[in-house]
Amino acid sequence: MPAAIGERPERLATTVDASKFAIAAKPLSTLETITNNTALRKLAILIVLALVWEIYGRYVNNQLLVPTFSATVRAFVAAVVSGELPLRVWVSIKILLVGYGAGVAIAAVLTAFATTTRIGSDLLETLTAMFNPLPAIALLPLALIWFGLTPLSLSFVLIHSVLWPVALNTHSGFVSVSPTLRMVGKNYGLRGLRYVAMILIPAAFPSILTGLKIGWAFAWRTLIAAELVFGVQSGGGGLGWFIINNKNILDIPNVFAALLTVIIIGLFVENVIFRTIETRTIRRWGMATT
Amino acid sequence: MVERPLLDVSDVTLQYKTRDHLVTATYRVGFQVFTADRYVVLGPSGCGKSTLLKAAGGYMSPTQGEIRLKGEVIHRPGPDRMMVFQEFDQLLPWKTVRENVMFPMLVGGKIPAPKAAARASAYIDKVGLTQCSEQYPHTLSGGMKQRVAIARAMAMEPDILLMDEPFAALDALTRRKMQDELLELWDEIRFTMIFVTHSIAEAIKVGSRILLLSPHPGQVKAELNSVPRTGAAPDAARLLEDRIHEMLFAEPVEAQLARA
Repeated sequence: MPAAIGERPERLATTVDASKFAIAAKPLSTLETITNNTALRKLAILIVLALVWEIYGRYVNNQLLVPTFSATVRAFVAAVVSGELPLRVWVSIKILLVGYGAGVAIAAVLTAFATTTRIGSDLLETLTAMFNPLPAIALLPLALIWFGLTPLSLSFVLIHSVLWPVALNTHSGFVSVSPTLRMVGKNYGLRGLRYVAMILIPAAFPSILTGLKIGWAFAWRTLIAAELVFGVQSGGGGLGWFIINNKNILDIPNVFAALLTVIIIGLFVENVIFRTIETRTIRRWGMATT
Repeated sequence: MVERPLLDVSDVTLQYKTRDHLVTATYRVGFQVFTADRYVVLGPSGCGKSTLLKAAGGYMSPTQGEIRLKGEVIHRPGPDRMMVFQEFDQLLPWKTVRENVMFPMLVGGKIPAPKAAARASAYIDKVGLTQCSEQYPHTLSGGMKQRVAIARAMAMEPDILLMDEPFAALDALTRRKMQDELLELWDEIRFTMIFVTHSIAEAIKVGSRILLLSPHPGQVKAELNSVPRTGAAPDAARLLEDRIHEMLFAEPVEAQLARA
C-alpha cells in the first residue's frame, strides 16, 4: 500500500561538489577531427572533381571542346606569368569598384531620403519594385546608345545592378530597428546624422551586409556578361573580353582558364572578404540570423 | 516641506494615436518626486504608467499639464533622465559590456574618455559584472543584461533614473535578487528613481513612496508611503499589500469589463 500524500516524509539531500566529478572533456579521435572539418571535406570533393575532369578530358581528347584539367592549369599559369590575365582582371575589377562604389553611394542617398520622409519611402519602394526584377544586362543596349563604347556604359549597368538590392535591404533594415534601441539612442541625446551613424546603421548592419553581398553578386555576374557583349564591339577590355577573344581565336584552354579566374575571384570575395566581415561583426555581436 | 521637487508632474493628460483610435492614457495625473526618492508608479496593465514614464523621458508631450525637471519643462529625451527598459534588447549588441556603459558618457562629449572608462569600471563592479566587461551582450543572461542596463544608466549619474518594469521579464528568483541588489545600490549611492511596476509586492519592496493609478485612463487613486525597510512590524508589508490590492480592485470585475 502506498502511503497517503500527507504521510510522505520530506527529503533533504546533499549535492556533490562539481570538482569531484570524474568526467572531463575528452578530445575526439584524429579521424573524427579530420572528417568533422568542413573545409577538408570540400577540398576532397574538389580533388575528385578535378580528377573526373582530367580523365574525361583525356577520354574526349579534343582541346577545342574539353581541354583537360592539366591543360587548363597550364594555360592559367602561362596567362598569369605573361601578365595578360592579371591585366584583364585589373581592368574588370577597376570598373567593378567604380560601379559598386557609385551604386552604394546612390543607394545611401536614396535610403536617407526614404528614412526621413514618408514620400521618400514610397518612392524607394515603388522604384525598387519596378527595377529590381529588371536584369541589369537588359539595359546594356540602351547604355551603349547613351554613353557609347566607354567604361561609363558598363558603370551605368553596374550601378543599376547594385543600387536596388542595397537600397532595399538597407531601408528594410532601418525600418526594423527595434523601438527600444531607437528610444535608447534618443535617450543619449543623439539626433540627426549622429543618430543614424551610431544607432541605425550598426543596428541594421545584418540587413545592410546582406544587401552589399547581393549587390556584389549581381554586379560581378553582370560585369562579366556585359563585357562579353561590350568586348565584341570594343576590341579591348576585361575578363569578359578575354573570354570572347580567346574563343574567337579558338584558344579554348585560355577560355577555361578565364572561367576559372571568374570563379576564383567570386569565391574569394564571397567566402573570404564578406565572410571575414561577417565573423568580425554580426557573428561576434550575435546578430547573425542564419 | 519647503524643498523644491526634483521632478514635478502637474495635471498631466496624455493621449496617443493608434491605427484607428485616439487613446487617453492618463487623465490629470499629478505628483512630485524629491531627491533620493524611490518613487513607484503602480497600476494594472493599461493604466498608462509606462506612457507616463515615456512622457517624463521626453518621448511624448502631454496634451494638458506639464512635467518639469528641476524647474525646466521637459521637451525632448536627454541623458539627464536615463531610462532602463523592460526589454533585454536595450543594450547595443555591437558593443561590449564596458563599451555599452561608456557609450552614453562619450556621446555627451562632456566626460573625457579616461574618466568615462574609470566610471564605467566602477559601476560595472557595483553590479558585479567586472568579469564580463569585455563580453558582448548576446553572451549574457537576462538578469545580467538588466544589470548592465542599470550600470549604464547609473554611470551617467543622471538627475533621475526612469525604470520601466526593468525586472518584469525576469524569472521570479532572479527578480528578487535584482530587487535586493537595487536597494543595496540605493543605500550606497542614494540616487533618485521612478520605478514603474504592476506588481504590488515589488512596489512595496522597492519603493519609498507609491503612486496608485486606476485603469483606463490612468488617474491618481492614492499616494502612499511604503513600509520602512527596517523597524516595521513583521506583517506591515502584508497589510499594505492587502490594502493596495483592495484599492486597485475595489470595483467588481464585471464593472471593469463593462468599461473596457
